[in-house]
Amino acid sequence: MRVAVLGGGPSFERQVSIAGAERVVHALGELGHKPLMIDVGRDLVAQLTDARPEAAIVVLHGSVGEDGSVQAVLEGLGIPHQSPSAAACRRVWDKAITKGILDAAGIAVPQGVVFDRQPFTALGAARALTPIAERLGYPLVVKPARSGSALGVNRAMTDKHLAQAMVAAYSYDDSVLVEQFVAGREFGVSVIDGEAFPAVEIKPQDGPEAYDFEARYSIGLVQYECPAQLDDATAEAISTTAVQAAEALGVDGIVRVDLIVTPHGTPTVLELNNVPGLTDTSLLPMAAAAGGLSFSDLVARMLPR
Amino acid sequence: MRDLMAITERPEVISLAGGLPDVSGFPPQMLERVAKAMTDGAGPRRARRPYGPTEGMAKVHEAIQVVMAEEGTQVDLGELLVTTGGQQAIDLVCKTLVDPGDVVLAEGPTYPGAIPSFTAYQADVRQLEMDEHGLRIDLLEETLDQLDEAGIRPKFLYTIPTFQNPAGVTMSLERRKQLVKIAQERELLVVEDSPYSLLRYEGDPLPTLRSLDGGNYVIYLGTFSKILAAGLRIGWIAAPRAIRQKMNIGKQGADLCSPSTSQVVIEACFQDLPLWRSYLEDVKGRYQGRRDVMLSSLAHAMPEGTSWTRPEGGLFLWVTLPEALDTTDLLARALRSNVAFVPGRAAYTDGRGGHSMRVNFSGVNADDIHEGVRRIGDVVFEQLELYGDVMGEAPPKRRATDRPTGAKPPVDDAPEQGALVEFPRRRSAERPA
Repeated sequence: MRVAVLGGGPSFERQVSIAGAERVVHALGELGHKPLMIDVGRDLVAQLTDARPEAAIVVLHGSVGEDGSVQAVLEGLGIPHQSPSAAACRRVWDKAITKGILDAAGIAVPQGVVFDRQPFTALGAARALTPIAERLGYPLVVKPARSGSALGVNRAMTDKHLAQAMVAAYSYDDSVLVEQFVAGREFGVSVIDGEAFPAVEIKPQDGPEAYDFEARYSIGLVQYECPAQLDDATAEAISTTAVQAAEALGVDGIVRVDLIVTPHGTPTVLELNNVPGLTDTSLLPMAAAAGGLSFSDLVARMLPR
Repeated sequence: MRDLMAITERPEVISLAGGLPDVSGFPPQMLERVAKAMTDGAGPRRARRPYGPTEGMAKVHEAIQVVMAEEGTQVDLGELLVTTGGQQAIDLVCKTLVDPGDVVLAEGPTYPGAIPSFTAYQADVRQLEMDEHGLRIDLLEETLDQLDEAGIRPKFLYTIPTFQNPAGVTMSLERRKQLVKIAQERELLVVEDSPYSLLRYEGDPLPTLRSLDGGNYVIYLGTFSKILAAGLRIGWIAAPRAIRQKMNIGKQGADLCSPSTSQVVIEACFQDLPLWRSYLEDVKGRYQGRRDVMLSSLAHAMPEGTSWTRPEGGLFLWVTLPEALDTTDLLARALRSNVAFVPGRAAYTDGRGGHSMRVNFSGVNADDIHEGVRRIGDVVFEQLELYGDVMGEAPPKRRATDRPTGAKPPVDDAPEQGALVEFPRRRSAERPA
């Protein structure tokens, strides 16, 4: 099968994407397919039209790969791909929209508010931040609504931190979430075709607040435990929540659900990732392996059957 | 940060992040000499020679002696080792001297490209602050005392004394003398990296550390990259013979020898010294003009509370923003406005530098420097306004010398004095986690 592997692109996560895409190309070769690596740019449609692939695998992180743009192109050209539909990607890419849908479906999410850049200054909404911070209580987590890999995510302990964190988050997106910090154990749960794979526990060496961009992609800064040490009831609750979250958002194919289990045992969903990383330190390949799928098996599952 | 930097290469981005020399004025006569050397006499045979001596060709050693003599520095042929660019020189220093866990001292900020070499050999890097006179010798002595008390002997001090990368400052003569004295008294090896010294377009030249020390405790690193052509990938080390011999073995293991073709090109270019000197003058004039455009653009584009260094040569200057801003995040925003710089954190191993950035003026034309700085200024204002909104503080003010946005300062503007920079010691914990 001729398979286009879409990677690279103009995002902040370009290198991460290329690293994952190269592994996929290698695996496709092993599986006897004909991979074609495409570094996504202005000539994407021309390349796809020329190469006429029978399927595509999207390993493109950041806005173009995760906001549904590339999926819409592929769907327009009639090329099947492994990631959720363009419409579902749009819902998942924007953490503010994701939270609203999950909350309405009765799935626990962190308490918080969303500030858009324009009213933040034009309507003086910035002044509302302090009372909101008081209501939610420090520590707070500030993150861009649309950005991957923890870029622009900061924890704020004081009003001054909060102001700096808002400025940092607005560097990446015009919409910013201010949320209560949820304490607990953090997990990534990969859901493949509606089935939850073993949860991966994320244990940053320097404490739970240290799971930042560098940590995510540098071997040794974070310990991953897979399968995580969990009692049956908690493992079941995590899996159920992850599958419910994917369903609520209308996500099929492959998705990773990031959640925190509070000391009371409630799985609280932080976000979904519709193009999970495929590098050596990424969670999806780890979970797949724990569930009995080698990397090649995982890549094979990404192809249309 | 690595990933932010990866997208600075998009064609629509004005990148003040690079460190590229401008070779557009490379004299055609020099190219003719190179072509002749490649086709006539013994040249073709030597350029085709698969492997040369590890220490480099004799004619290149002679060229190095010429370059170092321009800086008033004598060197014996037995002390020289030709390397594949200045970068390999740093790598070989580490390879030869550093064992895992060894303490290496460096300026803070330091050359971002040296950090991967230090960390690859698992050095424990301690960075010491500078001020407008370069490395603070009082802090060096304090640090050496503390290390001594702890029974730790640092392997070496890495310094770029002249037109430091990234800070753009130059170590004063007095401090140079102090440093050499300390090196001799305490038997401290000093690695003097000197890629930019001949690119002085203002002020008086200062003696190299090596010339002050006589080559006992100073290892000198040089390169043809900024004074001829970076693509040749030819640099050198001048080290005491015993160390040079170990580095020679290290280089054999790395790549046997540096490319013969590049060395024949250097030989050809240095046959006509007046031509090379006039090329250097041309480069210096060009960079001086661009530095002046950058200084006046900064004065017009940046808010109060911003400071920058004013280099008398070299390729870079270092801008420090108000503490509310983080330049790594700012780069993400700046890239949306199609402009790039190097965030200060890249020049530290310990999380400092978050409020600073390195900007380059050698590889970008005057129009792009002006426009690039204007775009950076706009995003800095935008972020400070935002911060002020949240904190209920007054919006940032333009500097007194301001002109309306978009107005282009004439290139012949008298350069304005940027507030000279201190490099305050900051703990990474001051940033929201």
